[in-house]
Amino acid sequence: MKKVLAKCYLWLLLAMLYAPLVFIAIFSFTESKVMGNWTGFSTKLYANLFTGNMNSGNGLISAVENTLIIALIAAAVSTIMGTIAAIGIYNLKGRKKQAMQFLNNIPMINPDIITGVSLFLLFVFLGVSQGYVTVVLAHITFCTPYVVLSVLPKLSQMNPNIYEAALDLGATPAQALRKVLVPELRPGMISGFILAFTMSLDDFAVTFFTRGTIGLDTLSTFIYTDARKGGLTPELRPLMTLIFLIVLILLVVINVRQEKAKKTVKSR
Amino acid sequence: MKQDYIIDIQHLSKSFGGVKVLDDVSFYVRRGEFVTLLGPSGCGKTTLLRQIAGFIAPDEGQILLEGRDISGIPPYQRPLNTVFQRYALFPHLDVYDNIAFGLKLQKVPEKEIEKRVKKMLKLVSMTDYEDRSVESLSGGQQQRVAIARALVNYPKVLLLDEPLAALDLKMRKDMQLEIKEIHREMGITFIYVTHDQEEALTLSDTIVVLNEGRIQQIGTPTDIYNEPCNSFVADFIGESTILNGTMIRDRRVEFMGHGFDCVDEGFGENVPVDVVVRPEDVYIMNRLEGAQFSGTVKSCIFKGVHYEMFVETDTGYELMVQDYNAFEPGSQVGLLIRPDDIQVMRKERTCNTIEGIMADETHVEMLGATFECLPQEGLAAGDKVRATVNFKDVELLDHQEDGTLAGEVHFLIYKGNHYHLTVLTDDGDRLWVDTNDIWDKGDLVGINIAPAGIKLEKCDE
Repeated sequence: MKKVLAKCYLWLLLAMLYAPLVFIAIFSFTESKVMGNWTGFSTKLYANLFTGNMNSGNGLISAVENTLIIALIAAAVSTIMGTIAAIGIYNLKGRKKQAMQFLNNIPMINPDIITGVSLFLLFVFLGVSQGYVTVVLAHITFCTPYVVLSVLPKLSQMNPNIYEAALDLGATPAQALRKVLVPELRPGMISGFILAFTMSLDDFAVTFFTRGTIGLDTLSTFIYTDARKGGLTPELRPLMTLIFLIVLILLVVINVRQEKAKKTVKSR
Repeated sequence: MKQDYIIDIQHLSKSFGGVKVLDDVSFYVRRGEFVTLLGPSGCGKTTLLRQIAGFIAPDEGQILLEGRDISGIPPYQRPLNTVFQRYALFPHLDVYDNIAFGLKLQKVPEKEIEKRVKKMLKLVSMTDYEDRSVESLSGGQQQRVAIARALVNYPKVLLLDEPLAALDLKMRKDMQLEIKEIHREMGITFIYVTHDQEEALTLSDTIVVLNEGRIQQIGTPTDIYNEPCNSFVADFIGESTILNGTMIRDRRVEFMGHGFDCVDEGFGENVPVDVVVRPEDVYIMNRLEGAQFSGTVKSCIFKGVHYEMFVETDTGYELMVQDYNAFEPGSQVGLLIRPDDIQVMRKERTCNTIEGIMADETHVEMLGATFECLPQEGLAAGDKVRATVNFKDVELLDHQEDGTLAGEVHFLIYKGNHYHLTVLTDDGDRLWVDTNDIWDKGDLVGINIAPAGIKLEKCDE
């Protein structure tokens, strides 16, 4: 009896977590404008999505493009900046190190809305015209701490002498960084990049406050304005289903690779 | 023949956060020599090696490589290579690429690299391991790769920082022989850092003994072992009994209440000295005729090759004796020490000498505290004085707060019938103490000096 209850509880939780996703996936295969109305099976929405033949015009497609480009730039830049910062923090001693780690953690705990509004005020104060550049800068700002956080543990696992060993063998500091440190830190940098990328994709509040008035839309701001205009664009349903599937496949691939890596370490 | 010195260290000093780690260290290394820097942990030996490698800049002094000062040259431009304590191999590269790392940076042709890497692998008996990941190797194998990686660049000097410390005993012994063999084969100068005195004796042409940032003695292994120049070296290298003695005249020394012939000269007459006796140099026998003095065996432990016995002498001293024969505890034995087995050393000091200022007639300020002293005539408050305190007049207490001063036991030597301690006060001053009580290194103690134990004299400005 107990076992059955425990199982029921588990399934109930999973159902609550995944029901909305399943719901949107099912309704992506119907043409109805209003969510919840089933008007017969159709793949027209998918076709519309790829041909760009939509009522809302090109807004959705360009929003997706913007989102991806901003996320890629922000993740790449913050990976480089975060890695350098992590190396710097790692080489600090005692109190200073603790203080820097603490300062690095605050922006992550800070609510997005506060980060967004304060960046907005900063850009206004500095007289920077808001648009693409400010959004990218803002995204780099809140992504970098995540990279620092994922690279730092890799540094502490590393043998502290290997950088010196590289110098000793004739590598300049730049060569030692490229040939020894970066390969050692790569796993941390990759997970930092992925984290930064998803944080950027996901962001609404910061983008909303820093995009200015030139009509720049990312996916999240597009959906927000779209929903306020009266009803969601139906093509969002297949788009979200696809995004979910891509993320799912990515996660599976990462997990399989990790399992493989663990096995090879063990067999040594 | 100055040009024969490949490395010449001149007056090197280094402090970290106000603590002097190296204090005016000078020595030289001949081309092709195997030099070991030996000392307990924290003596500054690794700091010294890291300065030679270029990872730390010296505060003062020069490091000359073939007569040229290299203190300002970054590590990657020094023709020296290092074998690190924890190997420090590059985990993302295989054995071949680890060894080829330095050569690839120098843009050596691929064929030449392959030839040299193969040669090195053969030298360290690791042929056929080229493609292995370094993480799949055992500690000893990783150490071999680390040695090959350093030597493949044909450095002018190879620096080794406790390379065998992480290996187990058996493996360490094997690797010692191999390192010696590699040194002989390559003909490169080696500077080796270790805290293991046996390793130093086995490997080196020359040993530099360091303690607390200062060089204690430089010499060949036999010199250092047979003729230690002070009680620290005698105590650190091998087993020994260190005793207080008096040099009566040339070739005659008195210790443990007996007179002995010795081979030392030039100390003067009736001069207090330290005497070192190695346990294997004490002859022990069942009969008393022919013996210089007698004793009672207190304990006898089998040590594999020999027995180690503690003998209480007729004059109440405890002496360590090693012999191939066992003598039952409780048995009466005769003992004999031959003249050339007695090592006489000048004492570094015979009492504590401390600078102070008179606070008033019966108080003196010194070592960062105020001590009571006997009423002094001719000394007024504010006078600068020099206090002398005998070793046995310094009293150590269990609780730091009970003492006029607080300190920590820093170093101790058993002198046959009492302990001689070096105590470091909280202000960093040193006091030397003779006591019968048993203390351990690192014990926190309170320090008192009885008023009668402080002798003061006015010191000239």
